[in-house]
Amino acid sequence: MILDTTEHAAKTPDTPLPWAELGLKPDEYERVVEILGRRPTGAELAMYSVMWSEHCSYKSSKVHLRQFGEKAPASDTMLVGIGENAGVVDVGQGYAVTFKIESHNHPSYIEPYQGAATGVGGIVRDILAMGARPVAVMDPLRFGAADHPDTRRVLPGVVAGIGGYGNCLGLPNIGGEVVFDPCYQGNPLVNALCVGVMRHEDIHLAKASGTGNKVILYGARTGGDGIGGVSVLASETFDSTGPAKRPAVQVGDPFQEKLLIECTLEVFAEKLVVGIQDLGGAGLSCATSELASAGSGGMRVELDTVPLRDSSLSPEEILMSESQERMCAIVEPGHVDRFMEICEKWDVIATVIGEVTDGERLEIYWHGEQIVDVPPRTVAHEGPVYQRPYARPDWQDALQADDPSKLARPAGGDELRAAVLALVSSPNQASKAWITGQYDRYVLGNTVLAQPEDSGMIRIDEETNLGVAVATDGNGRFAKLDPYTGAQLALAEAFRNVAATGARPLAVSDCLNFGSPEDPAVMWQFAEATRGLADGCLALGTPVTGGNVSLYNQTGDTAIHPTPVVAVLGVIDDVTRRTPIAFAEQGQLVYLLGETRDEFGGSAWAQVAHDHLGGLPPAVDLEREKLLAEILISGSRDGMIDAAHDLSDGGLVQALAESCLRGGNGARIVVPDGVDAFTLLFSESAGRAVVAVPRSEELRFTDMCGARGLPATRIGVVDGDALDVQGEFTLPLTELLAAHEATLPAIIA
Amino acid sequence: MTARIGVVTFPGSLDDRDALRAVRLAGAEPVALWHREKDLQQVDGVVLPGGFSYGDYLRCGAISRFSPIMEMIIEGAKEGLPVLGICNGFQILCESHLLPGALTRNDHLHFICRDQKLRVENNSTAWTSSYEKGQEITVPLKNGEGGYIADERTLDMLEAEGRVVARYLELNPNGSRRDIAGVSNAAGNVVGLMPHPEHAVEPLTGPTTEGLGFFTSILKQLVNV
Repeated sequence: MILDTTEHAAKTPDTPLPWAELGLKPDEYERVVEILGRRPTGAELAMYSVMWSEHCSYKSSKVHLRQFGEKAPASDTMLVGIGENAGVVDVGQGYAVTFKIESHNHPSYIEPYQGAATGVGGIVRDILAMGARPVAVMDPLRFGAADHPDTRRVLPGVVAGIGGYGNCLGLPNIGGEVVFDPCYQGNPLVNALCVGVMRHEDIHLAKASGTGNKVILYGARTGGDGIGGVSVLASETFDSTGPAKRPAVQVGDPFQEKLLIECTLEVFAEKLVVGIQDLGGAGLSCATSELASAGSGGMRVELDTVPLRDSSLSPEEILMSESQERMCAIVEPGHVDRFMEICEKWDVIATVIGEVTDGERLEIYWHGEQIVDVPPRTVAHEGPVYQRPYARPDWQDALQADDPSKLARPAGGDELRAAVLALVSSPNQASKAWITGQYDRYVLGNTVLAQPEDSGMIRIDEETNLGVAVATDGNGRFAKLDPYTGAQLALAEAFRNVAATGARPLAVSDCLNFGSPEDPAVMWQFAEATRGLADGCLALGTPVTGGNVSLYNQTGDTAIHPTPVVAVLGVIDDVTRRTPIAFAEQGQLVYLLGETRDEFGGSAWAQVAHDHLGGLPPAVDLEREKLLAEILISGSRDGMIDAAHDLSDGGLVQALAESCLRGGNGARIVVPDGVDAFTLLFSESAGRAVVAVPRSEELRFTDMCGARGLPATRIGVVDGDALDVQGEFTLPLTELLAAHEATLPAIIA
Repeated sequence: MTARIGVVTFPGSLDDRDALRAVRLAGAEPVALWHREKDLQQVDGVVLPGGFSYGDYLRCGAISRFSPIMEMIIEGAKEGLPVLGICNGFQILCESHLLPGALTRNDHLHFICRDQKLRVENNSTAWTSSYEKGQEITVPLKNGEGGYIADERTLDMLEAEGRVVARYLELNPNGSRRDIAGVSNAAGNVVGLMPHPEHAVEPLTGPTTEGLGFFTSILKQLVNV
């Protein structure tokens, strides 16, 4: 076997290379040749092909994502913006919080347990690489139809993977979503979010600077997992005798990651690193090229020093390996010994694999021979950018014209009662306790709220009770009907969920899950959703701090619903003032905040009762969302409300059912005169919440709403042990609970 | 002078900070101990916290049991040093043969995290004297391998000697024999408990504050001495 060195490549311009098999387009390969002035070596080709992939380069989405920067609202809380491993937000008292949401969709379909587990591991390392201690995770999930046989394969594996990794890592899982829809059948969405906390002065960035500084690879040994398409290079072109097929899904070891976290935080605390990057997608190729690209000089790496799990790996495979639980740090020579001591203390393997040079090239050597010599920016940051054609699909008008007003609605108390039971027991609205009961929500001892609350809340200072809240939301049905509005509805819902717990929304991270960008209809959905989200963030004053795009979520020509999942982070000065969803005290007054219109397009009721998706999603009024949020935050801070629950999927009746069940108290609800009971209970108008107000605070609360112009309607009282909609129906909580809790276990068992 | 209670951090310990916090809230002085040290720093009692030490590789607790600090703890426990093992700590105590029996995979095969009701069966151990005998408490439980097993003779002996410290009520969450949630050694200074009292010490973050009693018990005993 001949090592494909740069020298060899220059001498053998006509050697055929499998660039097409590695996913490069002809013009992309031409560009590589142009950049290098010769054909790439096998190692270089591997690097370019993976770094210029859609996943790493954002080549189809970049032109649209720019809006998040261009339209970013003025914010004095953003400390680090888009482009780093994760954005960082100032939450006061010298604390900074970093959070980010990412997808691990495709691996989780192929191998649900490891796909989901390594999704958690990857996002946790992103947060760690910013200098923060990871403090919580969340997982928004989408599966195919609840009763489809393959859902029984995918869902338990994904849940066990998230639990198996997160529980063993010692991070509380504080929320997320679980949604079933046939559109996700072959493309489940496994998104993972992590939140981390640090002091302002501890922020770290991914850059390699300072000539002579050492490049240290530490953590797990490098193995043959996660190599994916690059094995084409290794097994077919260069070494037909080597191990051919390697698993494309990585295998996680949460124990190793736990050690990596503690070790890294100790290294940070002693200020031993100049720059740091985690190894995720594209492994060492990504870490070395990004660190070098962001830094001031070049980098030289001795690839044969990388500790291996499998000594038969080729240099190309080592560069591409996505073995988990690895980090790469840039350390001044004088700090290397201490760095190594700390790694030894935590039983973490650490190796100096190279150093920062004063040149402008990333050079990689294999037993002394040069196999890579590239300008790092061309690999990491100057990949191709596409203006993909997009066009409003020809079916969009017909979809929007298919109005839900023609659907038969329940009439009378008995039919309403049956509709409520059908709703709360439907897979999407049923209790998710079967899933969340497999996640540790207590570890670290700072979990103030966790699912099924509106947002997860974590205390970050035990003395001052400063805390943060995070909610993730997305509604693919709404986005299918109108991607612009659907994205804003996801944002508005997450924003509302954070405010409902009493926290002030500060910043956004998003995970944009879509079909193939090569389909103009999908690209239109993407363009519309990003435009909607950017406009929405500007209106709400919450900048996008980072996120992730997942494309090609489709089977054949059928794409998933466009599914922008939006995470909103908020801050709360005193977590003891948080507002839960539970109706905890009998006699408290139930108020509906906001206005209810006849809005059923994309609603849970239309899905459950009629399997219908058509019409327009609910209208968005972001000024109203801001006002509602202010009322919810003030009400929480000043002790005027004891419970609050945002109204979204399933409308008022779903929220009432959840608040009653959570608190173990019933509610007596009176439908106001002249209001249609069905619309009141099931409509999904945005900008609404239900709250429980102690009688002693009623006047103060209604005065506040009145003065600020937020409609507040008294609709009943917390009372008894049934959800009693007077004159219509009564549902004992025991019956409600049984309906709500039985569904998921029955599906999975 | 208050009591000094050590909490051991093994590689993969997760609830060590929580245990240190619980010790502090109970009014004792928390002392962080490191698995590689052969030094107990003159602590008056030791907590082995929950987590996945060594990733649960081989068997839960099987590797930690051989760490340098465990030599000191095993020696100390035999001479009366109070030791509380919570969850993974319980598993380590069983692997160390300081407690009888073993902990096996939950019978339903899933990890489970829930607020668990318990009955304190024995309030004469070093770690349970703050409770009434028969007191019912609710504390978080979270484990994948929490099914307590021992042979019938051992179980009978534990019952007869009053060494069942706590029992699950209403629901047996993991298939433990005779609903056993915790046991003690014959002297009562070593207690293993599968649920997590250190997560029920603050109204803000726990389902109750009924876990605090384990930590005030040891303080009471040590200060009285």
